[in-house]
Amino acid sequence: MALLEVRDLKMYYRTLRGHVRAVDSVSFDIERGKALGIAGESGCGKSSMAAAVLRLLPANGEYHGGTIVMDGEDVLHMPEEKFRQNVRWSKMSMVFQGAMNALNPVHRVGEQIVEAILQHEEIPREKAVERAEGLLDLVGINPKRFGEYPHEFSGGMKQRAVIAMSLACHPSLIIADEPTTALDVMVQAQILKAMAELRAELALSMMLITHDLSVIAQTCDSIAVMYAGKIVEYGSVYDVYGNPVHPYAMGLVESFPNIHAERSAVRSLPGFPPNLLAPPPGCRFHPRCPLADEECMTEEPVLREVAKPGHMAACHKAEIVQQGVGIWER
Amino acid sequence: MGAVAAKLEKKQFQHGDVIMEVRNLTKYFPVRLSFIQSLRTDDPPVLKAVDDVSFDVYKGEVLGIVGESGCGKTTLARTILRLTDATSGAVALEDVDIMKLNPLEMKNLRRKMQVIFQDPYESMNPRMDVQTIISEPLRIQGLARTVHEARDVVSSVLADVEMIPPEEYMSRYPHELSGGQRQRVAVARALALDPDFIVADEPVSMLDVSIRGEVLNLMLNLSREKGVTFVYITHDLATARHICDRIAVMYLGKIVEMGTAEEVIRNPLHPYTTALIGAVFVPDPTHRGISEVLKGEIPSPVNPPSGCHLHPRCPYTMDICREAEPEFLLYEGTHQAACHRAKKARG
Ligand SMILES: Nc1ncnc2c1ncn2[C@@H]1O[C@H](COP(=O)(O)OP(=O)(O)OP(=O)(O)O)[C@@H](O)[C@H]1O
Ligand SMILES: Nc1ncnc2c1ncn2[C@@H]1O[C@H](COP(=O)(O)OP(=O)(O)OP(=O)(O)O)[C@@H](O)[C@H]1O
Ligand code: SF4
Ligand code: SF4
Ligand SMILES: [Mg+2]
Ligand SMILES: [Mg+2]
Repeated sequence: MALLEVRDLKMYYRTLRGHVRAVDSVSFDIERGKALGIAGESGCGKSSMAAAVLRLLPANGEYHGGTIVMDGEDVLHMPEEKFRQNVRWSKMSMVFQGAMNALNPVHRVGEQIVEAILQHEEIPREKAVERAEGLLDLVGINPKRFGEYPHEFSGGMKQRAVIAMSLACHPSLIIADEPTTALDVMVQAQILKAMAELRAELALSMMLITHDLSVIAQTCDSIAVMYAGKIVEYGSVYDVYGNPVHPYAMGLVESFPNIHAERSAVRSLPGFPPNLLAPPPGCRFHPRCPLADEECMTEEPVLREVAKPGHMAACHKAEIVQQGVGIWER
Repeated sequence: MGAVAAKLEKKQFQHGDVIMEVRNLTKYFPVRLSFIQSLRTDDPPVLKAVDDVSFDVYKGEVLGIVGESGCGKTTLARTILRLTDATSGAVALEDVDIMKLNPLEMKNLRRKMQVIFQDPYESMNPRMDVQTIISEPLRIQGLARTVHEARDVVSSVLADVEMIPPEEYMSRYPHELSGGQRQRVAVARALALDPDFIVADEPVSMLDVSIRGEVLNLMLNLSREKGVTFVYITHDLATARHICDRIAVMYLGKIVEMGTAEEVIRNPLHPYTTALIGAVFVPDPTHRGISEVLKGEIPSPVNPPSGCHLHPRCPYTMDICREAEPEFLLYEGTHQAACHRAKKARG
């Protein structure tokens, strides 16, 4: 049994103009100790999905069905009180998008971690301080800097501190939303390296959200590619990068720049993602897809196994795409 | 015709000519001291954002400038465009020393050089529609009195950035555009004055590669087809390798390596460049491995390390690196670097 099993999860935002279908029938698993990457264009629903799994919806967010099972227990339908006590932060914790700006500027960094621990565990303060120092050390910050304020930290150090905080209650799953996007390559490499070591050491599972396919390729075991609120391709990173079977995933993978590849034009997918208030009928990708036909405009493709066990795609023409025809060549 | 205009008319610059010469360019910022501190020092500290930088830009090329946050890329861009005054040094655009121009001459020259701050979410006034945004530089330059008068130009630059049919987009507001389209509008605005020289400054937070790709392709086409010269400032070495003809690598206010994209990426001479390349992730799970990353973070440009600025982080530091600043030397082809080790290796 996987650590986390999400099935048919639907989370919409209520707005004056109707429902924004940001997470629309999404299913995936995260195995113990493994990392799942979530990729997709800006606005496709990645952060919304993370919020939905953590039950941290904004006021206008609503569940419209689905289940979230962690360790065999339905965590979506348990009372909020119990979820807060037993699940959020202690079983699954989160590093939010732009989290390094979320540290409280008037409190010492170390104290903020101590607070996080004491909120969830009844242990003596000294023990919490000890653990906070250990966590700083773990993410590569000298514990001597425990008493410093956020403004005394660089962006990279703040991000590390936020990661340390997410580990405060020994979670088994960490959900990281664009943890390094606002950082330099060098700092990004340092942090992702530290995270990989941590995960190995603590047998942590991870859900890593990023638009950056190279980060997923280097740090994750499997990948879910999202488009307009849905997962369109899902599988091990080896299968999805090596042999993408959904036109959108293929386009993303092919157009992502590789510093070591032969010099070539930077490619991009023409068009732009649909309005989630009124997504296109049939396959949501059809207005941008070079293979789209009648069926695509009317029948919604379901996520199904293609090519290999565990390699899934939601496309009527996945078998054609799978043969590796250069559908994006122009 | 003014003196500058007359001079600009004289020579037709051809593809590959030196269109901009930057010599010993320096930009220091004063460091604010407390009153007590200022009493104690005769020699107030300065922040050396750009420190004695020299290079040429060729007509029609895409020159990439890469380096960590805070190394001075944006300051360099602002200084070569004279959006801020240099502390010392010279910049000549098409043989005209722009540091010596008076405000009116500078205003005329602005037609030739434009800047794109590639942050589609912040650099655009949400209350202006697309045609108002694009026609703004024309109106500032007095080339059109009203938005309506600029309509033809707006229409043609929208077509240049492949927003077709232009009428469809002219009266839209920024929130009615996708991220990629907003970037195109930013490019269209820069193109409105038909400039020869464009600086595109991309922030780290620039998210989506799939959006960015569009605009990069556009830049490339304009440089190839219209001979527009681009200076492209980025953190993304992987994209720079594919887009740029040449790449300059900056560290703490200095250019430490420069050459064609192939020279710099395939055969880096400076340990800093090697580290930057090593830190770039490859989008291929079958080639895993994050190579050794440089220790620590970029030091403060207020009190940079002695000798070679990289020496506290460099894996190859020698005694001389702490003492003497390495010269920026020409190696093979057009490949230049400032490193004692590279010099020693050459013999
Ligand atoms: N509170 C909200 N109310 C209404 N719509 C929302 C709300 N939050 C997000 N959305 C919309 O939901 C969609 C998904 O947003 P989300 O933030 O999940 O995207 P994302 O994939 O994380 O994007 P990015 O890569 O830019 O972070 C978008 O269309 C967004 O505009
Ligand atoms: N107006 C200013 N006054 C004082 N210091 C400044 C000013 N502008 C920039 N600096 C400093 O000059 C140095 C170079 O800044 P610059 O913005 O040029 O870096 P950058 O390479 O563009 O960084 P990024 O990649 O983050 O955009 C930094 O240390 C910065 O803090
Ligand atoms: S279902 Fe049709 S439109 Fe959708 S991705 Fe597949 S081929 Fe393209
Ligand atoms: S000069 Fe010395 S310290 Fe500087 S990069 Fe070269 S080897 Fe390293
Ligand atoms: Mg997001
Ligand atoms: Mg900058």
